Amino acid sequence: MFLKKSPYSTDDEITPKEVYFNRRKFLAGMGIAGAAALAGREAWKFATPAASADPQAKLSFVPGSYSTKEKITPFKDVTHYNNFYEFGTGKSDPARNAGRMVTSPWTVSVEGEVKNRRKYSLAEIEKLAPLEERIYRHRCVEGWSIVVPWIGYSLGAILRLAEPTPKAKYVAFQSYFNPAVMPWAASAGISFPYVEGLRLDEAMHPLTLLSVGMYGEALPNQDGAPVRIVLPWKYGYKSIKSLVKIRLVAEQPPTTWNEYSSSAYGFYSNVNPGVDTVPWSQAYEHRLGQGLFARPIPTRIFNGYGDQVASLYRGMDLRKYH
Amino acid sequence: MQGGRNLKSILLSKWTKRILFLACLVPFAILLWRILHSDLGPNPVQFVEYTTGRWTLRFLAITLAIAPARRILRLPELIRFRRMTGLFAFFYVCMHFLSYLGIDKYFMWDQIWSDIHKRPYIIAGFTGFVLLIPLALTSTAWSIRWLGGKRWRMLHRLIYLTAVAGVIHYYWQVKSDKRAPLFYAAIFGALLAWRVGEWFFKRARKSLAAEARAPRTSATN
Repeated sequence: MFLKKSPYSTDDEITPKEVYFNRRKFLAGMGIAGAAALAGREAWKFATPAASADPQAKLSFVPGSYSTKEKITPFKDVTHYNNFYEFGTGKSDPARNAGRMVTSPWTVSVEGEVKNRRKYSLAEIEKLAPLEERIYRHRCVEGWSIVVPWIGYSLGAILRLAEPTPKAKYVAFQSYFNPAVMPWAASAGISFPYVEGLRLDEAMHPLTLLSVGMYGEALPNQDGAPVRIVLPWKYGYKSIKSLVKIRLVAEQPPTTWNEYSSSAYGFYSNVNPGVDTVPWSQAYEHRLGQGLFARPIPTRIFNGYGDQVASLYRGMDLRKYH
Repeated sequence: MQGGRNLKSILLSKWTKRILFLACLVPFAILLWRILHSDLGPNPVQFVEYTTGRWTLRFLAITLAIAPARRILRLPELIRFRRMTGLFAFFYVCMHFLSYLGIDKYFMWDQIWSDIHKRPYIIAGFTGFVLLIPLALTSTAWSIRWLGGKRWRMLHRLIYLTAVAGVIHYYWQVKSDKRAPLFYAAIFGALLAWRVGEWFFKRARKSLAAEARAPRTSATN
């Protein structure tokens, strides 16, 4: 048992490995970032998830592009404040309940308007392109935000391999759903399986991340293990977790929150302090893990990724197409 | 009954009131402890707002439950505690409003002003808060004498509006899982229904009593 400190956390934020790991095969290769410590910290205050005792699944990756220099949110906050309604609608419910989800074996199927339909295992997904670490801002529609060092590669890599046909205009995503393992879904108020979608150019944009890890290791269950999408310029609910299906389609696909309330949660859901579609203001956000008296941060359009993505929406009325 | 007399004397004791006062402070004390130990979770601002908001609703419910409890449990002595629980509802709503102003909005008055007149859920919450202010200010026995019992009772019926405003404020903030605000709606609904029932019952009794007293003028046979 080695006690190496992760560069992402101070002593206070190191958590016992058993507590957050999902069930995954051990991956060969040492992560550059090193591992979080196995210190049995009793000062750890949050609910422990139903953990599995997997060995650390460290990932091999290189520093990627588009990383922000802002301070990374402590790992314990990112793993204990989650919206994963399949496991309960309380913020600490997914940490407590998501351990029931079996993430190995896992299949992601690529289908629809593509020349090459196929199913990928998780090992194949991880080897498809070089893994990069990208430190992205992540902004929830509720008004809080985090900074997370994700590990993955641009979704475009897998889409290009699939060779979309000329009919493909949108990409639809579907999340894992198993009512036996997710009894809380029934009272969450939204419908399952959780679905999301992007315009094809958004999906092909280099900023769109297919992620298999965070903080140097495999994704914890409550954060969308074993593979998910990350869209840093949109509200967090568009970053679908526990991905099982990628489908290229001709028509704009349904998305779960848009089906719940199309006026509040639009298809695009680009972060925009000037467009308030939900009951509360989007002008500011609270960065997690900075204590009770931290000053709220002014929200930036496209979550500060305007330089990279604004061109996708040139000429679009951002209020109408929210 | 010996037992009944004991319970009544416990309720009348000044120690009971002091202990209950401390009990009402416990949620606040726990919150303070958490603040001092940074044990508020990843989103401390939301934790403080939700905790103070939920305790406001709970103390409103407790206050509204005293009248039916007096009747159903035959314990009129419970009235002694109602001013205290009502003032604690006001205390918690003040803490809730202060946390919104100070740590959520960071005293950015332009943001706060925009919220208060543009956002329905804030308008509902702010209304509930404002309606409680005259109640807190007229909570003393002196106020009852000054206003007169009837006017005082009418003014203090505003607590029903505060309860409704509070539930609406909660309901409009929650994204899709509406169970908690609906639970409070059910509680307040039951407490208000009891009062409506009581009012009808009293009216029925009064009219029956008036009939009994009035001499019959119709022909008797």
